[in-house]
Amino acid sequence: MFGLIPFFRSTIGKKVLMAVSGFFLFAFCVEHVTGALLFLRGPDAINGYGRLLHYSAALIWFFRAGLLTSAVVHVTFATLLYFQEFGARPVGYQNRRYLRSSYAARTMKYSGPFLLGFVIFHLAHLTWGYNVVPGPFIEGDIYANMLNGFRTGWVALVYLGAVSLLGLHLLHGAHSMFESLGLRHRRIESLLFGFARVATVVISVGLALAPAAVFFRIIGG
Amino acid sequence: MNLVLMVWRQENARAQGHMQRIEAKDVSPDMSFLEMLDVVNEGLTEAGQSPIAFDHDCREGICGSCGVVINGVPHGPQPGTTTCQLHMRHFRDGQVIVIEPFRARAFPVIRDLMVDRSAFDRVIAAGGFITSPTGSAPDGNAMLVSKHAADTAMEAAACIGCGACVAACPNASAMLFVGAKVSHLGLLPQGQPERWSRVHAMVAAMDAEGFGGCTNFLECAAVCPKNVSSDFIGRLNRDLIGAVFLARPRVASNDAG
Repeated sequence: MFGLIPFFRSTIGKKVLMAVSGFFLFAFCVEHVTGALLFLRGPDAINGYGRLLHYSAALIWFFRAGLLTSAVVHVTFATLLYFQEFGARPVGYQNRRYLRSSYAARTMKYSGPFLLGFVIFHLAHLTWGYNVVPGPFIEGDIYANMLNGFRTGWVALVYLGAVSLLGLHLLHGAHSMFESLGLRHRRIESLLFGFARVATVVISVGLALAPAAVFFRIIGG
Repeated sequence: MNLVLMVWRQENARAQGHMQRIEAKDVSPDMSFLEMLDVVNEGLTEAGQSPIAFDHDCREGICGSCGVVINGVPHGPQPGTTTCQLHMRHFRDGQVIVIEPFRARAFPVIRDLMVDRSAFDRVIAAGGFITSPTGSAPDGNAMLVSKHAADTAMEAAACIGCGACVAACPNASAMLFVGAKVSHLGLLPQGQPERWSRVHAMVAAMDAEGFGGCTNFLECAAVCPKNVSSDFIGRLNRDLIGAVFLARPRVASNDAG
């Protein structure tokens, strides 16, 4: 390929961009679990973590810019590939049986848009402080904002549903991203699948603990 | 055994298709799937109806001509088997068998179960030539090939280009086919001089034909009648990433290189 632009125009290049941007979003999820778990340790822990993140405006905006770029690239190329794949089979099968592909893999195109919608809701709730949930928003008091939000039943359920969908997305995505970069071989297949399963459990359970703890009134009862 | 066939009937490329219910009576379990269709076609012809059009040639599983989707699986329920090598003993008496053509934009239906797979030929042609010595036959073992490379290249070369990978892929992607074709030359010393420009050209041709992308479903390798491994998709990805840095135009410009 004579240069990067034609490479990223090719189907394989688009998939490489999906994989790399997906990897950065995945790495953020791992980091986000640490933050979410600090909620369980109380207000000082998570509010202190919040202050640490805001210690340097340059640093946090560097990471925010990276995340935003990854998200934009991931969504843009997912959309382009979706339409390419949609057009690749204009007439479908009357009868279809799947032999190898997982449910998670086949529902990536549906779990993705739902997750995008949730991320916007989540940012509106806990970062921008819009009135998307009942109750007041206190700038800088992450603990109170989370507790206040999750006390409303439907909010906690939206969060729990979203982390389940994230788990479904990662169950395929966390090994597919390596495979799209060419790391596909029978010798490492079980390693990558194992990695994806462990990462899925750690991330989705880690993120579910805070809303679940408030929903069942273990915290803030 | 008696079977009920639900077959896709389509007069020509532009006509609207539909499923037709056809009863196949007194089918021998020793028949191949295509022989069963032959017998059904005789009955249809005698009844004054048009026979079911389907592709076939060698009927010994090596040419890649045959291929229909049987009960939702390209080449039917038996793994590692082409449609012509699939026998009726794998079906039950009274079973309903749904037979559809391979579905992809790049494989337009010509008639009934026949599809035009010349998209694959154009991808192969895009691969172009290899540089090899002409003249007298080269000395044996003058060009050394490791056992591992020879075996892996042979595994890739086992692809018969039937298109089942495309038919099985939820995205109608041709990555397994292109991966196999790129790899069987890319693994051997004879294929090295054009290795990077070849992968570039074949992927460009693949995209131009309108195949979908690879989402790592692995349905392709599961239905491949020659059991071509999905490892070759990984190799195709690696080779194309390598080509970003290493590919050069096939015809050199008029400068010093």
